[in-house]
Amino acid sequence: MNKVTTVIIGAGQSGLAMSQQLTQRSIDHVLLERGDIANSWRTERWDSLRLLTPNWQSRLPGYRYSGPDPDGYMDMPEVIRFLDGYGKHIDAPVETQTKVGSVRQNDGGYRVETDRGTWQCRSVVVATGACNIANVPPLAQQLPSGIDSVTPMQYRNPGQLADGRVLVVGASATGMQLAREIRRSGRDVIMAAGEHVRVPRTYRGHDIKWWMDQCGLLDLRYDEVDDIRRARRVPSLQLAGSPDRATLDINALAEMDIEIVGRLAGLNGGKLLFSGALGNVCALADLKMNRLLDTIDQWVDEHAPDSTTQAPYRFKTTRISSSPRLAIDAARDGVKTIVWATGYRPDHSWLDVPVFDRKGRLQHDGGVTGAPGLYFMGLPFLRRRKSSLIDGAGADALDLADHLQSFLADRSLAA
Amino acid sequence: MTQATLTKTKTDNGVNVEALMGARDALEATPAAAQFKWRTTCHWVNGTHSRSTINSFFGLGEEQGRPRTFTIDADHPEIFAAEDNAPTPAELALTGLASCLMGGVASVAQHRGIQLYSVHATVEGDMDLQGILGIDDEVRNGFGTIRVTFDVDADASKEEIEALVAQSQKRSAIFDCLTNPTNVVVDVA
Repeated sequence: MNKVTTVIIGAGQSGLAMSQQLTQRSIDHVLLERGDIANSWRTERWDSLRLLTPNWQSRLPGYRYSGPDPDGYMDMPEVIRFLDGYGKHIDAPVETQTKVGSVRQNDGGYRVETDRGTWQCRSVVVATGACNIANVPPLAQQLPSGIDSVTPMQYRNPGQLADGRVLVVGASATGMQLAREIRRSGRDVIMAAGEHVRVPRTYRGHDIKWWMDQCGLLDLRYDEVDDIRRARRVPSLQLAGSPDRATLDINALAEMDIEIVGRLAGLNGGKLLFSGALGNVCALADLKMNRLLDTIDQWVDEHAPDSTTQAPYRFKTTRISSSPRLAIDAARDGVKTIVWATGYRPDHSWLDVPVFDRKGRLQHDGGVTGAPGLYFMGLPFLRRRKSSLIDGAGADALDLADHLQSFLADRSLAA
Repeated sequence: MTQATLTKTKTDNGVNVEALMGARDALEATPAAAQFKWRTTCHWVNGTHSRSTINSFFGLGEEQGRPRTFTIDADHPEIFAAEDNAPTPAELALTGLASCLMGGVASVAQHRGIQLYSVHATVEGDMDLQGILGIDDEVRNGFGTIRVTFDVDADASKEEIEALVAQSQKRSAIFDCLTNPTNVVVDVA
């Protein structure tokens, strides 16, 4: 049995940032990684994906992007190289190819069982990410035969898909990107859009992420938000990290002859039924986008009139058909594939510690759980709006490492 | 913004938001109490004329009675060879939608500190009678498109009013009923 003070599970940006903080504090630790550093980025992403954040925003404690294209967006090989480089830079003690099977509380703290031995530790930091499992709605089980179901975890490129029409369900970053890419492969595409968060890629001459960073929106803390549970459920921004910095919204898809319909609401025999509330979800998204742009304009006026030379402007309202289709007969319409871009959830099935509510949702206060010494990182709005971004790992790691250090000190005194 | 801040403290749309937020917290803690059943009982009068009475519902874990029993009649106009004693069921459905959105607008406005002065909603639903008359199988019985137009006079900007109306749809039971499929089970006792 291995003994160590702290086990960090997962060697992505969050786990590595925590490792850097623990090393600074001389807290001995190990990172257990089921694959190699940046495993999810290596093995669970589609071929064309690029980060939604510009290169300059890839900042980790003591490390940042220093290449020639600060405004570009990393592709997956670049992300992997970036995180590998960080692991070497901080000399992170990573045990690769080590898959955690269970974590249990005991008198000494926690017992972590893996396929390469057992670790006994006083504290555990779970940094396994927010996107381990693709959500697929229950009605996917009742699809008529002849339709393939594909999740974004399985999808790599359009070449995988059967010939024929494709329905993409979900209008957040994943669904929008896949719909565009599949349409460009020559297939007919239908987009079923529920609630979504529309933002332009650039505004008044800067990347939207630059504005959000400058205005302090990404630093907003979880304890400053009215309804944090709601904030944690907000879908990902409708963005793509395309080299041309093009905005990817419903208007852009419609211009590519992608049919836009409402949220997939049900299945009746071979008929796919869509919500008639498409107009309202688009109106909500337009209003919300304009409030964000108002915030930016106000910030410019009050704090940084020199930050842009462009006057404020607004984007075209989302245009949808006045009578979008409510039902599609999958066979008659030739729908051969459904892509479920309906969100992701973390997999904590190996965590045998009572930190979940009756619906199985993790209970935590900014990453601090009710189990002494057990911490989480990298979940949406964990401590800040940017918590699930690479750029958010550093600040959260610092806070949680402080907490972890006090916890260890208290324990030492008590013992 | 200053004006909104000033009015926030004295906004009165007749909605007790504190009570609603308290109920939300209470029901979140005890989800069983959040399970409601709404009821109506409809009696045939004559021809297409019917009369519904509404009183009890189930909620907060028990049967709930109320002091008044409400009565709503329905019938059809004379061009349907009926006596036009009351509105049609289709018009009552539109009324249900309008009332539901209206209650939502008032509640959301109260929550956001927006004083309402007047709110009117006009609802129109397209219906192709070739459906219910069985003339054309490809025409549905129900509404094609329903259009709702809100006219709101309130202490708020145009965008704030649009956001009120949008949020009201997002949280409306009847808007959901009409825009999404619902299982309907009809038995004969």
